[in-house]
Amino acid sequence: MTAKVNYDEVEVGAELPAQSFPVTRATLVQYAGASGDFNPIHWNEAFATSVGLPDVIGHGMFTMAEAIRVVTDWLGDPGAVVEYGVRFTKPVVVPNDGVGAVIEVSAKVGAKLDDRRVRVDLLATSAGQKVLGMSRAVVQLA
Amino acid sequence: MPLDPSFIGRTYPPTAPYEVGREKIREFAEAVGDPNPVYRDQEAAKALGHADVIAPPTFPFVITYRASAQVVNDPELGLDFSRVVHGDQRFVYTRPVRAGDRLAVTCVIESIKSLAGNDVLSVRGEVHEESGEHVVTAHMMLVARAAEEG
Repeated sequence: MTAKVNYDEVEVGAELPAQSFPVTRATLVQYAGASGDFNPIHWNEAFATSVGLPDVIGHGMFTMAEAIRVVTDWLGDPGAVVEYGVRFTKPVVVPNDGVGAVIEVSAKVGAKLDDRRVRVDLLATSAGQKVLGMSRAVVQLA
Repeated sequence: MPLDPSFIGRTYPPTAPYEVGREKIREFAEAVGDPNPVYRDQEAAKALGHADVIAPPTFPFVITYRASAQVVNDPELGLDFSRVVHGDQRFVYTRPVRAGDRLAVTCVIESIKSLAGNDVLSVRGEVHEESGEHVVTAHMMLVARAAEEG
């Protein structure tokens, strides 16, 4: 399983096409159902505020799922992701205003590794706050 | 009371196999808004060299999260789940999860630390296909925030 991107044509520092991902309350309900994570902080405002959160927050794993799309869309084959890790630094706050939040993701090639692999460094923000830290993927290129 | 460090290295029995269905993968891909045909169309998946439709990279969490209940609900460990937040998550893949897999998870407590009154618990989930083939390892770090004073 390798990507459509050729290792020899990739340079360190090269930027992948950035993307924005909208998140509404409906998105979170749908993700809760698909993932099996029904923690009420992701859909129940009264519960979320009762435990000290500013509002309903998105699942960290949802943000993680969106961020890697910048990489898998670039690769063509998502099976070429060999490692992917993130740190959850701030929550994505999702207000019930019909608009919700937006997760902005940018990425660049951080290092060229052995065996035609590269490390991609990701940056994910929402409402101007960094929501993922130490967010990195290692991918197998052609 | 901090978590007991003698639990470091504890290995839980493998979970009953989780059978990965094509429609479950499609549902997950729709929930994350990803239109990639490799998650839906067997021919598109085969064109990339996969035996069947594959699952998105974070899909294994659906399985390892359930498995980690063995650890977080272990009464002997005594983690207060109401105070737990997900600190970080990492996956190391041997191959992508695909439709038809029957996946069992073996959870291991990798580390227990106390940082500024918070309990920090790292759990590794080794995911194997029924045939014994390794598919993915999930590393999860959970932080149980210190209880408020009073």
